[in-house]
Amino acid sequence: MVTDTKTREAPSFAVIDAIVHKHNAEPGSVIPILQEIQDEYGYVPVVAIDRIAKITGITNGEVYGTATFYNMFRLEPLGENLVKVCHGTACHLAGAERIAEAIALEVGAKEGETSADGKFTIEQVACLGCCSSAPALMINEEIYGRLTSESVRKVLKKCACGNGDGA
Amino acid sequence: MSTANGSPVVKVGLSSCGVAAGGRGVYDALAAKLEDSKVSLMQTGCIGMCYKEPLVEVLMPGNERYLYGDVTPEKAERIIEEHLFKGQPVKDWLLMVEGNGSDIASPLEGQRRIVLRHCGIIDPESIDDYISVGGYGAIKKALGSMTQEQVIDEVIESGLRGRGGAGFSTGMKWRFAREAKGSPKYIICNADEGDPGAFMDRSVLESDPHSVLEGMLVAAYAIGADEGYIYCRAEYPLAVRRLKLAISLAQERGFLGESILGSDFSFDLKIREGAGAFVCGEETALMMSIEGKRGMPRSRPPFPAQSGLWGKPTSINNVETFANVSWIISNGAKEYNSLGTEKSKGTKVFALAGKVARGGLVEVPMGMTINDIVFKVGGGTSSDLAFKAVQMGGPSGGCVPASLADTQVDYDSLSSIGAIMGSGGMLVMDESTCMVDLAKFFLNFTQDESCGKCVPCRVGTKRMLEILERITDGKGHDDDIEKLEGLADSIKRASLCGLGQTAPNPALTTIKYFREEYEAHIKDKTCPAKKCPALITYEVLADVCTGCTKCTKFCPTGAIAGEKKQPHVIDDAKCVRCGLCMDVCKFNSINVF
Repeated sequence: MVTDTKTREAPSFAVIDAIVHKHNAEPGSVIPILQEIQDEYGYVPVVAIDRIAKITGITNGEVYGTATFYNMFRLEPLGENLVKVCHGTACHLAGAERIAEAIALEVGAKEGETSADGKFTIEQVACLGCCSSAPALMINEEIYGRLTSESVRKVLKKCACGNGDGA
Repeated sequence: MSTANGSPVVKVGLSSCGVAAGGRGVYDALAAKLEDSKVSLMQTGCIGMCYKEPLVEVLMPGNERYLYGDVTPEKAERIIEEHLFKGQPVKDWLLMVEGNGSDIASPLEGQRRIVLRHCGIIDPESIDDYISVGGYGAIKKALGSMTQEQVIDEVIESGLRGRGGAGFSTGMKWRFAREAKGSPKYIICNADEGDPGAFMDRSVLESDPHSVLEGMLVAAYAIGADEGYIYCRAEYPLAVRRLKLAISLAQERGFLGESILGSDFSFDLKIREGAGAFVCGEETALMMSIEGKRGMPRSRPPFPAQSGLWGKPTSINNVETFANVSWIISNGAKEYNSLGTEKSKGTKVFALAGKVARGGLVEVPMGMTINDIVFKVGGGTSSDLAFKAVQMGGPSGGCVPASLADTQVDYDSLSSIGAIMGSGGMLVMDESTCMVDLAKFFLNFTQDESCGKCVPCRVGTKRMLEILERITDGKGHDDDIEKLEGLADSIKRASLCGLGQTAPNPALTTIKYFREEYEAHIKDKTCPAKKCPALITYEVLADVCTGCTKCTKFCPTGAIAGEKKQPHVIDDAKCVRCGLCMDVCKFNSINVF
């Protein structure tokens, strides 16, 4: 999973190499390797793509192709908190778009953007599987359900304190 | 998990839905309150009553069960104080009572729980809990007294069909993989539950992961596989965590690894986390993804049973299918096939969501009608508006209007009306849902998730979406319905995989059953459900508005003007129709027309 918010460090070959070798440098493990690198840095640095290709013996193009095929991988750094706004069917019926509007109003970032203070990256996701708690969203790895345009703003305000429970 | 030492047990539902509703806070409050008492506190998974989360169950000696709903940390303290310390259950918050003579009818009535048999009952993080309810008995029975052929025969006799959506006979799938030449062979569990509106698999994995592991073990033994993968979507971090724990516990106890239970059967299991691609729920794309490639489907045949993962014979089954398997082996095929209809045996789990009063997970015998599921099991709509339709099977499925809701839920009856069983998402809609908007929603999803390999799906879904967009924008052309139908026909016939072949279904079924709504958008430029932004206008009802100024603070475009205690006014030119004002107004003074 990606959502950890570790201190941002410059990508290092030592760290990347260790992750690749942990998976025996198998071409079949490109996805778990990319996942771990993203865990480490919050995104997949381009240098990591070249490095994975070099060690596993597949082409840069193939690694890049895999990294860009899956929604989860980001080639740009993240804000401190990753907010995934659910746009599944139940959330859509329950007003997910209004939740997104309310978030934009609170943090100044729309879906696909990072807030100017670097605190929040807002993403749109297809379904978090918490349909009976719609509308829902996930901040880092915590799910918040039964949101309203008002409660979502409170959740975001509280988020910096790291409180894990629902709205 | 029971009152073994004669002391009460308190259980808190902590799967994602419980946590989202604030279950951790309730658990912590209970833990603090129970610190010096003999009462034991444990976590369980999801009993399925997500609409009443957080749930707390009190289990008293003598097997009396009391279930409380909508519990807050404050309520939790009172429950401990009055029920456990003074022996007086807090009647107002009770949802269900069993075993003390004054039972309150269970909201689970009408259900038959096989897949969900342990969900919300056992601690999903304890292998001993699973074993105490007979867990790992199926693999013991299979290894101890059944040949591989007998296991396959038993599953065929049970009538179990794949619960991922396609509904192919599970036992036959295993037979093909067993008879295929090639080694090694693989078992894969498809836990890439991508349909928006579906959460059956998440709940089972979070609440009873060992039953899925055990089903995989039985399958591996039957086809002769010694390696398996669980492909789980990364959007389910709790499910992944509990699966990893379950695997390591099963390894410690010798249910996974070399020479399982002293036999010559060995089996290793790995988890692969998906990376956010809906198409990877398609079996050939899923295998590409396990191999580390872009998850793009290929044409079949060859089927995975002949040439699957790394070109080897592979059987791919879904989470719910595996959870059924362990029950079938333990209880026998006859017990299973006595449930259901002629061609659809057993039970099916549905994720009831949308505008339904009792949303959550339900498991019913095959053959129950949609009406019974929505009204008897689900309690009807959650609003005071009429029931309009259900959407079954997510983006691949179809809409069933209320007028056809006496249809039986089985594979064949559903496909005869243009819907599908699908994986089990059942979205209930009331009169406030715009069916054109719903079709647009699903097409937006499928065109976004199309992998792009074949043209009909990649370009066709995009063109359909564009037409639906202009219809909802009030710019529809007179022949747009026919254009949609024509495109749909080509996409269904010419696409490579299930994603494309089924993508037009939501549009086709809404056209079939709600054509007049399309026509209202196209010809009258109105949205009967008052949903589509371009076709509606917001206004403040001056005689209701109290002038509290709240909406003015929430309006993202500053379109609402007004002084305190004076009726406010919306500037239509600035209004973006987001509906935030309506959401936050406490006096229902915002009107849409």
